[in-house]
Amino acid sequence: MTTLPEKTERKLGLVIDLDTCVGCHACVISCKGWNTENYGSPLADVDAYGENPVGTFLNRVHSYEVTPDEGTSQLVHFPKSCLHCEDAPCVTVCPTGASYKRFEDGIVLVNESDCIGCGLCAWACPYGAREMDGVEKVMKKCTLCVDRIYNENLEPEDQIPSCVRTCPAGARHFGDFNDPESNVNKLVLKRGGMDLMPEQQTKPVNKYLPPRPKDTLGEIDILAPLLKPVAEKPGSFIGWLNKQLDKI
Amino acid sequence: MHPSPSVIIFTALSGLGFGLLVFLGLKMPDVTGILAFIFFVIGFGLAVGGLISSTFHLGRPERSLKAFKQWRSSWLSREAIAAVFTLSVMAVYAIGRIFFDYDIRILGIVGAIMSIVTVFTTSMIYAQLKSIPRWNTKLTPAYFLSLSLAGGALLAIQIKFCLLLLLISGFIQLLVWIKGDRALALSGTTLESGTGLGTIGRVRAFEPPHTGTNYLLKEFVHIVGRKHSAKLRIIALFLMIGTPILLLSLSFSHFLAALAVISHIAGLFISRWLFFAEAEHVVGLYYGKR
Repeated sequence: MTTLPEKTERKLGLVIDLDTCVGCHACVISCKGWNTENYGSPLADVDAYGENPVGTFLNRVHSYEVTPDEGTSQLVHFPKSCLHCEDAPCVTVCPTGASYKRFEDGIVLVNESDCIGCGLCAWACPYGAREMDGVEKVMKKCTLCVDRIYNENLEPEDQIPSCVRTCPAGARHFGDFNDPESNVNKLVLKRGGMDLMPEQQTKPVNKYLPPRPKDTLGEIDILAPLLKPVAEKPGSFIGWLNKQLDKI
Repeated sequence: MHPSPSVIIFTALSGLGFGLLVFLGLKMPDVTGILAFIFFVIGFGLAVGGLISSTFHLGRPERSLKAFKQWRSSWLSREAIAAVFTLSVMAVYAIGRIFFDYDIRILGIVGAIMSIVTVFTTSMIYAQLKSIPRWNTKLTPAYFLSLSLAGGALLAIQIKFCLLLLLISGFIQLLVWIKGDRALALSGTTLESGTGLGTIGRVRAFEPPHTGTNYLLKEFVHIVGRKHSAKLRIIALFLMIGTPILLLSLSFSHFLAALAVISHIAGLFISRWLFFAEAEHVVGLYYGKR
C-alpha cells in the first residue's frame, strides 16, 4: 500500500552531527559493504575498473564551503542518505506498492520484487536518496539496516545501522524519535537539530545538527605584554647580516 | 531532467491519440464504415503506441501489470487504469461505428470524457512533483490538455475548434515558459535550505561525493541541452502553433491539412523535449548544479 500511515508506532531514524563529521567516507563504504551482501539485490558497480565507473550508493558524503558575511569560510562535510520522511513523496507516487512506509517503525522500504523500475519515486525525492541499480534495474534506498537492527544473531552493539556502527568520529546516532527520552531526541533538543528542505513539506525523520559556532581569538593575547622581543637590537652575526642586506 | 525519448514519445503521441478519440467520441467528424476505421486506427495507434513507448522507460517492463494496483495514491497507477478503461470503452464504441453503423451514444460520451481524464492523469504524474518546481503547477495539466485537444482537433479535421485550441495552447505554452523560468527561484529551495547551513552563511558545493557520475546526475541534472533553449522555444512555437494556424487559415485542402499535422507534431516533440530538458530537479542543488 502506497498510502502513508497516519502515525507510526516507533519513528526510527538518524541524527547526523555536521560539527563532528570529518568527511572520511567510512559510512559510505560500510553501507555499501553491508547492503551489497545482505537485504535485497547487491549494489552494483558498472564499469568498475574501466573509464567511467558508476555505482549505486545509499549514502554519499558531500563537502560544502560555507562563507559567513564576516569571518572566514568553513568546510562542512555532509553525509546524505534517506531521511525516512513522515510525508514521504516517494511512497505515494509508486504505482505498484513496491515502495512503502512501515507502520511499526516508520522505515521506508522498497519491495524489490514488485518494483517495475519506473524511477518515479526517485523523481519525487528532493534529496536524491534513491538510486536505480545499474544492473538489477530496481530502486535501491537506505533500509536503516532493517536486517541489522532487529537481528538477534548479532552482538547487541552491532544491532544498529552499519553507518552508525562504523563512524569513527561518532557523528551518526540512531534511535526512536517517538520516545522523548531517546538519545536522538535529546541531541536534537540540545543542539538544535534541523530538517533539510523544510519547504518541501516532506517532514523528514532524520535530523542534522548544525556545526557549533566557531570560537574566535581575542584581538590581544593577555600574555602579550609579558612577551618582550628576545633581542631589541640584533647583535653579532644577525646584526651584521641585516646591515649588509640593507646596503645592497 | 534527462529528456528520455521513450517518455517524450509517450506523452506526445498518447496525448494526440486521446485528443483524437475525444472528438471521435463526440461524432466530430460523424463517420462510419471504412472512414471511421481509418480515424479510429489513427487514434488507437497513437494512444497505444505512446503507452507501449512508455514501457521502454521501465527498468523491469515485464512487471508492468503491477502498476494497476495503487490508484488510491499514485497518479501513474491512475493513468494506467484510466488509459485501459478509456481504450476499452472506445474500442466497443468504435466497433459499433465501423462495422454496424450504430452509434452507442453513451459509450462515445463516456469515452470522450475518459480520454480527457487520461491525459489529465498523465499530466498529474509530472505536476504532482514538488521536487521539480517548474512542473509543480496547474499550468502543467493545462499545457498537456490544451495541446492534446488541439492536436486531436487537427487530426479530426475540426478546423474551427483546432484554430481556437491552437491559440489557447500557444498562450498556455508561453505562460509555461515564462512562469517556469522563475519557478525554481520562487520555490524557496536552495542549497542553503537543502543543507540547513544557510544560517551560517552562503553555501557552495566544494567537493562532490565521488569523482565519477551517478544515477542522480544522469537522470536529474541535464544542463547541456538547455544551451539552445531560447532558439528551440521559438522553433517549437512556430512549428506547433504558428504554421498550422497559417496553413489552416488559407483554404482547406487535404494537402495543407497534412502539412499542418506534420508541422504540429514536429513542434510538439520539440516542446515536449524542452518540457523535460529544462526542468530542474532540486537534487541538482546538492551538486552545485541545476
